[in-house]
Amino acid sequence: MPSLEHPVILDVRGLGMNFGGLRALDNVDIDVREKEIVALIGPNGAGKTTFFNCITGLYEPTDGEVIISPPGRKSEKINGLKPNIVTAKGLSRTFQNIRLFQNMTVLENVMIGRHCRTSSGIVGAILKGPATRSEEKAIVRDSYAILEKIGLDESVNEFAKNLPYGEQRRLEIARALATEPFLLLLDEPAAGMNPQETLELDDLIRRIRDEESISILLIEHDMKLVMSLSDRIFVVDYGRKIAQGAPGEIKNNPAVIKAYLGEDVDA
Amino acid sequence: MIKFSEIKKSLWVSLWFMFLTFPVMVIRVNTIENVIEWRWENMIFIGVGSFLFSFVWRYLLKQKEYGLKRAEEGGDIRPSLAQRILRDRKIFAPALTVVGIFALLFPYVFSLYQTNIMISALIFVMLGLGLNIVVGLAGLLDLGYVAFYAVGAYAYALLNYHFGLSFWILLPVGGALGMLFGILLGFPVLRLRGDYLAIVTLGFGEIIRLILENWNEFSFGPSGISNIPRPSFFGMSLSVHDSTIFIYYIMIALCIFTIFVVNRLQDSRIGRAWIALREDEVACQAMGIDKAKTKLTAFALGATWAGMGGVMFAAKTTFVNPASFTIWESIIILCIVVLGGMGSVVGVIIGALILILLPEYLRAFSEYRMLMFGILLVVMMVFRPGGIVSDVRRIYKFEGSGGAGKDA
Ligand SMILES: Nc1ncnc2c1ncn2[C@@H]1O[C@H](COP(=O)(O)OP(=O)(O)OP(=O)(O)O)[C@@H](O)[C@H]1O
Ligand SMILES: [Mg+2]
Repeated sequence: MPSLEHPVILDVRGLGMNFGGLRALDNVDIDVREKEIVALIGPNGAGKTTFFNCITGLYEPTDGEVIISPPGRKSEKINGLKPNIVTAKGLSRTFQNIRLFQNMTVLENVMIGRHCRTSSGIVGAILKGPATRSEEKAIVRDSYAILEKIGLDESVNEFAKNLPYGEQRRLEIARALATEPFLLLLDEPAAGMNPQETLELDDLIRRIRDEESISILLIEHDMKLVMSLSDRIFVVDYGRKIAQGAPGEIKNNPAVIKAYLGEDVDA
Repeated sequence: MIKFSEIKKSLWVSLWFMFLTFPVMVIRVNTIENVIEWRWENMIFIGVGSFLFSFVWRYLLKQKEYGLKRAEEGGDIRPSLAQRILRDRKIFAPALTVVGIFALLFPYVFSLYQTNIMISALIFVMLGLGLNIVVGLAGLLDLGYVAFYAVGAYAYALLNYHFGLSFWILLPVGGALGMLFGILLGFPVLRLRGDYLAIVTLGFGEIIRLILENWNEFSFGPSGISNIPRPSFFGMSLSVHDSTIFIYYIMIALCIFTIFVVNRLQDSRIGRAWIALREDEVACQAMGIDKAKTKLTAFALGATWAGMGGVMFAAKTTFVNPASFTIWESIIILCIVVLGGMGSVVGVIIGALILILLPEYLRAFSEYRMLMFGILLVVMMVFRPGGIVSDVRRIYKFEGSGGAGKDA
């Protein structure tokens, strides 16, 4: 487990987001350290997905700051940047409601992830010179390697829409990994998975952290998975952060239990 | 065994059709003798025809459902005939040779009239392939595509008229101007998608046509520009007969060039970005693709082919006027892409040949042209929503991996 000496790589301060009159996020502070697995939990409609959308550039936050300090690079403020720029800077995500490129093959989905790390343009594509060829080869090779790691190498040429649900979720992770992130944001990766698949996911997320040195911030409703995986947990309710701490502390936090009243927290 | 309920269903269909078509097909007012003719025999034709047709229709529907069920059960999804031909080198190579030889000999085997029709069809092949980049690959519904076609045609006509520039200089210039206009249209519509984009592009197409129609000093208005020279052959000007054949070969070369470029683009980094944009705009951006840049390149490249197609059109007809660039042309090109198969090169070529050649050879039925167009599209959408040849994605092979190497 990473200790508190590890440097902070994502620092979100006072994040706020208004949708017209609705304050979906209010003064949220969250930080993620290097090699850490952090969970963001909260009841439905608490503002978790909105938080992801704000830091990945899909929404521009109304107030607050999002600061990244990628390992070995300078810190910078990224709020207000376009999503593709944020991804290029090393933040990559999956979606709660799966957003794969349905009519592309599994391999091509991952190849799209390589887009921001490669550079050949239109002229290159038409002439197909040696530089383009070798880049294209590298894209295929790297994408295939990622699929092997995720365990989807059996279905590279399958259309994404033909994969079973659990595998679609894993493919989203593979696609996000292809962008070479230093921080991976997973929005309910276990939703719709059976217990066996959830176990495999637990293992996969650990492997991504340990072998690739990628930090992980995940939103999840499956408390068993959250408690088993996370180093630290943040809890939001009605757009406000109501608690943070190690899994053991969160489990017994009265505010959290109250927020989840009626929901099963001791699982 | 044909069940009784099936017969009953078909009976109802045929009764319904007889009732619907009664006013048009049976009653005719003879204005010369001022009497009404009752053509009951037509009603019999329609009754019997629709009775039988409804059987065929339901049979095909059942076949389709059966196919879908098999696909869902994870059973082998049979690739369509066209896809199998495309994938199997043993069939594909000879087929390509035959088509190639046919295309090369065409002007010597068939009459000048046929060659002219074929040139039109080839121009539309090129337009279809260009629009396929915008609609089929990038998923941007562009209903004003004909505007770029007009830009190319007028570029040749006007620049030749004022400055005497030759066809060979103006062919790339027409393409470049098309591209420029593509970017000009692209900027304001970057934020739009779907229906909104369709409406704005439709407006753009109409604006270009209205400008050409009304700005007399610039474009000579509705009367257009005539006496546009045909392409010269190494400085020599050719007779009408020879130059038609020459244009035919230029068109063949341009089509091959277009196919080559589109093929290369399709399986490139940019091509994949286009398809990703079509599939899911949000995910596409979140995966690091610059949405604005990708949309603009799609518009620009698509418009380039239209610009060159326009130059060819002006060179072929030696006359341009705004009437050749109506919304109707845009819709035909769009139909070519949809009917042929969005994103599929072979599909678009077949679509263009069908939609342009059939009406020419079925002149006898030209009154029913729109009707047949409509029926064709409805039938296609019901039975083959993906088009004649639906999009085939590239298969990658890897050594040492179990399922990966299989050929679908
Ligand atoms: N684009 C938007 N426009 C207006 N309101 C929005 C928008 N996106 C989210 N909201 C609102 O913000 C609140 C938080 O939504 P959010 O999707 O972030 O919840 P969540 O915590 O992810 O919930 P769940 O666990 O169900 O996924 C909700 O009340 C939602 O209706
Ligand atoms: Mg959510």
